[in-house]
Amino acid sequence: MIATILIAITLSQAAPDPLEGLSPAEGKRLFNGQCAVCHGIGGGGSTGPNLQRATLPRAATNADLVHVITEGIPNTQMPGAWQMTEHEARLVATYVRSLGKIDQVVIPGDPKNGEVVYAKSGCAGCHIISGAGRGFGPELTGIGLRRGAAHLRESIVDPAAEVAAEFMTVRLVPADGRPIKAIRVNEDSFTIQIKDSAGQFRSYDRTQLKSVEHLPKESLMPAYTHMKPSDLDDLVAYLASLR
Amino acid sequence: MKHFAVLLFAILSAHAQVSFDRIVDGELEKGNWLTYSGNLSAHRHSPLTEITPANVRSLKPVWIYQPTIASRFETSPVVVDGVMFITEPPTVVTALDPKTGRKLWRYERQLPADLQTIGFGRVNRGVAVLDDMVYVSTLDGHLVALDAKSGAVRWDVFVVDYKLGYCLTAAPLAIKGAILTGTAGGEAGIRGFVDAYDSKTGKKLWRFYTIPGPGEVGNETWGKDEKGRDTWSTGGGSTWVTGSYDPQTNLIYWGVGNPGPDWNGDWRQGDNLYTCSLVALDAASGKLRWHFQFTPHDTHDWDATEIPVLADMTIRGKPRKVVLMANRNAFYYVLDRETGEFLSGTPYAKQTWAKGLDDKGRPQVIPGTEPSVDGTLVWPSLQGATNWFSPSYDAAAKMFFVAVREMGSYFYKGEAEYKPGTFFAGGGERELKPEEIYGVIRALDASTGKQKWEFRLQSPPWGGVLSTAGGLVFGGTNEGNFFALDSKTGAPLWNFQTGGDISANPVSFLVDGKQRIAIAAHGALIVFGL
Repeated sequence: MIATILIAITLSQAAPDPLEGLSPAEGKRLFNGQCAVCHGIGGGGSTGPNLQRATLPRAATNADLVHVITEGIPNTQMPGAWQMTEHEARLVATYVRSLGKIDQVVIPGDPKNGEVVYAKSGCAGCHIISGAGRGFGPELTGIGLRRGAAHLRESIVDPAAEVAAEFMTVRLVPADGRPIKAIRVNEDSFTIQIKDSAGQFRSYDRTQLKSVEHLPKESLMPAYTHMKPSDLDDLVAYLASLR
Repeated sequence: MKHFAVLLFAILSAHAQVSFDRIVDGELEKGNWLTYSGNLSAHRHSPLTEITPANVRSLKPVWIYQPTIASRFETSPVVVDGVMFITEPPTVVTALDPKTGRKLWRYERQLPADLQTIGFGRVNRGVAVLDDMVYVSTLDGHLVALDAKSGAVRWDVFVVDYKLGYCLTAAPLAIKGAILTGTAGGEAGIRGFVDAYDSKTGKKLWRFYTIPGPGEVGNETWGKDEKGRDTWSTGGGSTWVTGSYDPQTNLIYWGVGNPGPDWNGDWRQGDNLYTCSLVALDAASGKLRWHFQFTPHDTHDWDATEIPVLADMTIRGKPRKVVLMANRNAFYYVLDRETGEFLSGTPYAKQTWAKGLDDKGRPQVIPGTEPSVDGTLVWPSLQGATNWFSPSYDAAAKMFFVAVREMGSYFYKGEAEYKPGTFFAGGGERELKPEEIYGVIRALDASTGKQKWEFRLQSPPWGGVLSTAGGLVFGGTNEGNFFALDSKTGAPLWNFQTGGDISANPVSFLVDGKQRIAIAAHGALIVFGL
């Protein structure tokens, strides 16, 4: 009986911190080489979430974090780092945890007023938040979890800087010669499916088209370059608060 | 009456037998598809001519078969005397009526709960047939012979221990009296091999190890690791795609995979024989006759397990028996198949790692192209310029057709630590963005590798090609298109959206005198006809 209790106590103490004794410096190089393509150099977020946060919603413990790195997150774009040894995954996790200890960048602006700016700027004419709006551009529900403030700001003033592949702009010239700019919804070697500016899905056989041009550096979203700086701050703060 | 019954039984039995002689003369059996690649020379070319560029637009599905487990389906059917034999994931063999797609029998292997596949999917690519049996290699490291009429197990032999990362996924190869199988597991520090088993009894006839042991020629091409340990015993050299066979020379041609760990070459100084090589083995003894190493001391995972295609052609005015390979390293090779002599090597896809090949075919490697901690961008990617999916060879036109992956990657060097039955790779890759990569079907002059035409695909493909005497090349895309091109010009003539990614090879056969084309597309097998 005593032996059993002793074993139980030993086991409960035997889950060591997987990051014990590791320093973030080695993991930083691995992170910047293999993770920064989505999470940004220094983990500030890009197409993947900002990791400069004291708590990570999907990785409460260090063991959870190592698991997320090695196995990925199902039904998201986060793949498992199958190529890393467990030791390398622990080094990366150590670096990611260190990001939560750096001073948090304070997002200027008032999210409450940002919601007003969002409404009066007509953003809901193309985006959906919590079920409301029109589904032309990317859905913004929970966008603050997936994108950092700097990336959100850039998306408003220069939406062409980075366009997600599923919203790539294409320019088609059908047989009638009148070009169409639209979102490329899908395509294969023989056909292409688009969503035009009216939100109408259209499908073409490539043989029906005079030309198909991919425009990854263009966005159908207007650039909000003339927005009042304080309104822009407020809008970024509002979007960043959507978690 | 009794005599009549005996005679009738003998006639029926003779008809049901797929003798080795029938397989050798397989090209005469236009209605059947007797081996994984269609013939022992691995041409994946159908002599059938009913479907042509003029009528292919009328091609339509005749039936669809959906496996019980709808995961990626990579089978290449074998069709014999009115029965189609396919494999389904993870290790299932099903006999189908090729007229209707209705099931005739099914063999489902119970796989151990702790089975793992390290670096690849739980797939199986097909069966071999010989005499009255159907042979399948299993994910858990066995070779099984099934009765062709019922699916009952005739024999089941242990090949290798799956707990160490070995898995069998390729279709076996049937030769006279023997069944050959190779192994996957190149990311688990295995020691690869090709095995031969007696077709009647399952008795092991020989084993050829792709990594030479101490005292054997080639063992000296493996150094010690930084801790002074031997590196050959975890050297990889998997053999995970079906080879080819020449009955005249009695040689087996089998491609060998990457060295382990894949991306960290510091671990294993030297050329690392016989990884990334083609080996020619004596069919009777399994002894090595010759080898040709395409990528010495590979650090990019460029297995040489692509299909070795056997052909007879005139090279520089001299008739030659050659073996052709579009290698994962982006070069197309022509070798003398009796001696292994290098005859030519030409890039057939973008490559940034070699200035060229020297007179012996050894690559002149560009410094700084090996993987690094910060990532090194190299074409082709680790999946190579092509991969396991089959090319085809039209002997009449002397044309070689290949599905090509135009894609580069950032290669990373990482830590490598060998623990039995775990991932042992020493790095990895990051792919370029979808808009920076594409796929293409290329037609090459088989003797020179010179491109004749190409047809561009949306993304780097995982489907092989089938050429036909009717003048067509069939292929598939990741986006689900199953399509036909004019084999003379590459012009697209027909396309059918299958609704699933295609990671399989097409085959062709006859049903009641009508030509059929079959392709597996993700979770379905679709058979087409006019």
